[in-house]
Amino acid sequence: MNNKSQSQDWDLVIKGHTSLFDVKFKDIWNYRDLLFLFVKRDFVSFYKQTVLGPLWFFIQPIFTTLVFTFVFGNLAGISTDGLPQYLFYLSGITAWNYFSDCLNKTSTVFKDNAGIFGKVYFPRLIMPLSIVCSNLIRFGVQLLLFLLMMAYFGFKGADFHVTTAIFLFPFLIALMAFLGLGSGLIITAITTKYKDLTFLVTFGVQLLMYGTTVIYPLSAAPIAYKKYIELNPMTGIIEAFRYAFLGKGEFTLWSIGYSTVFTIIILFMGIIIFNKTEKNFVDTI
Amino acid sequence: MSKPIIKVENLSKAYQIGQIGTGTISRDIERFWLTKVLGKEDPFLKIGETNDKGLKGGSDIVWSLKDINFEINQGDAVGIIGKNGAGKSTLLKLLSRVTGPTTGEIKVKGRIASLLEVGTGFHPELSGRENIYLNGAILGMRKKEITRKLDEIIDFSGVERYIDTPVKRYSSGMYVRLAFAVAAHLESEILIVDEVLAVGDAEFQKKCLGKMGDISKGEGRTVLFVSHNMAAVKSLCSRGIVLENGMLVYDGDASSSIDVYSTKIVEAHTASPIHKAYSNRMRVNDFSVFHNGKKVNHGATILLGQKLSFTVSIDVLDTISELSIAMDILNSNGELISHITNEDDNMYFQKIENGTALEIQITTAELLFIPGQYSINFWAGVGHLETLYEIKSCFAFDLEQSSFTKRTKDLPKHSRVYLHTQWTSN
Repeated sequence: MNNKSQSQDWDLVIKGHTSLFDVKFKDIWNYRDLLFLFVKRDFVSFYKQTVLGPLWFFIQPIFTTLVFTFVFGNLAGISTDGLPQYLFYLSGITAWNYFSDCLNKTSTVFKDNAGIFGKVYFPRLIMPLSIVCSNLIRFGVQLLLFLLMMAYFGFKGADFHVTTAIFLFPFLIALMAFLGLGSGLIITAITTKYKDLTFLVTFGVQLLMYGTTVIYPLSAAPIAYKKYIELNPMTGIIEAFRYAFLGKGEFTLWSIGYSTVFTIIILFMGIIIFNKTEKNFVDTI
Repeated sequence: MSKPIIKVENLSKAYQIGQIGTGTISRDIERFWLTKVLGKEDPFLKIGETNDKGLKGGSDIVWSLKDINFEINQGDAVGIIGKNGAGKSTLLKLLSRVTGPTTGEIKVKGRIASLLEVGTGFHPELSGRENIYLNGAILGMRKKEITRKLDEIIDFSGVERYIDTPVKRYSSGMYVRLAFAVAAHLESEILIVDEVLAVGDAEFQKKCLGKMGDISKGEGRTVLFVSHNMAAVKSLCSRGIVLENGMLVYDGDASSSIDVYSTKIVEAHTASPIHKAYSNRMRVNDFSVFHNGKKVNHGATILLGQKLSFTVSIDVLDTISELSIAMDILNSNGELISHITNEDDNMYFQKIENGTALEIQITTAELLFIPGQYSINFWAGVGHLETLYEIKSCFAFDLEQSSFTKRTKDLPKHSRVYLHTQWTSN
């Protein structure tokens, strides 16, 4: 009887060409359980059949800090803004690791999941989002290590103090996550066709660390290079992070504002490009 | 009751073949500018070429699906059949949104769950229970839905004892059973299944088919099923869609679709001979068939009980130590009915010098196959190992019942061979 009206209301229309801005956020929301299960899978499978289990999350930052303290602090004698060296490096590493993990893992998301993406549909953005969330757990564990170190050095009477910028901390995490996610999405979308980028990313991220204030404070950077280092959006974030927890670092609203705008643009571009690629990447990868 | 739940309109899918992305950045940029920014049609997609793998097309683009139109009503169980490469899997991929169409659109009402593979996303380190949740969520179930169905799923899978063991310790049979159990309990309006039944033992396959029958007939849900197993399609589906070279060639009830598909196979077999040389060491100049000294044409009608003789002219261009010849006789379903070779008659071709013009004659006994269409493939090689030359469908014929048997009724179609008998009684 009312056949005509019924045939009009389709739940889903699959088309070849859709608008650039057609991101299905509602779909992503419907699949939120999957996001949670992916995070759980990553976490559980990480320490299954290991003796030390989640302790492994500690080991990498501890050893990196020791090596950095030895090489950059003792051998090269780079300033740490008057902060205890261990604390200085660990703060930089903890924050940088979160960003670089998000970037590295999301930048291979199409390649790593080609098998599952080729067999079943779910909103593809779930996968990179789950990576960012999984890394957040890891970051939380490493932050705990950092807080323990802070307590230890605070007890010993080292010269640092937590500032009110600590209230910006959740915002800083979001910035790192979204900056990593956004850049990762752009890279993974491009690598489905041009695999060259994969090689660039792995060592590019490593090199970028030296262009960020992880192993030196911004105040110790030569004037000639300073403006380039400040162009790196991660610099503002790490400086703010250090200022929030340790009270040292060149934290300005300008730098954090720059990082925020940069992050928003990258994230926006990332989601659009990813969304455009996800539909047909199975054919080219 | 029967309203369209899926509507496919002018659906096409093109694939780029050969190398992708090497030295094409400029082309990609041009293409991006034209299609995405200016919104024009992609100039690199040449419309009009069909997807025939045997033919070499002029462009790098192959249309895996072309202008497909159909509607599926709620509660239909539709079998999608076609030869390998006909576009079945592409169609399923488009329907399950794994990849997007090039042109056209699909309109869907309700949720689609697709099973292009069993156990997608299973993680070996996780237990069976954890994997049920993960796999269920990947297939589109909410967590509470899975919890509600958990006991049922575990029960159906029959791996209760091992449900808290990591699935990497499962036997492959257990793994598949668990995976299918999850998929079978999806609560979607539309279920898409691609030959997953090819796995598991016969008992489990039967269970799967039974469950799928329940889903479509009992629960009134829509099932799309791709399979080469015609018996399964016949028992499960009410409707059939036949694809060929990316085009929809038939859409009707299941059994007539199967007939159409079988005829297509026959056509492929009775197609004119295709010669294929694998080396330069020999060449078949001529392959002729005679009956009672008269030449028989390709595709001719042969009567039951007639004898055939084949004459093969071979030019040997390089010395062959031991030449072997074999022929396969296939029926209309592509099943091998008979295999003949030179060894059958103790004939050996050893040390054939180059420059030899070899002429071989092969005479058969009475042909006693069940009436129907047959085709013969010719093979020549070295010592039954290395292939030198092949002729696909070197001869095809239509076998008809004759007075060779005195019965008046037709020989039963599903029998294979007529056995000539003599009868006496007291």
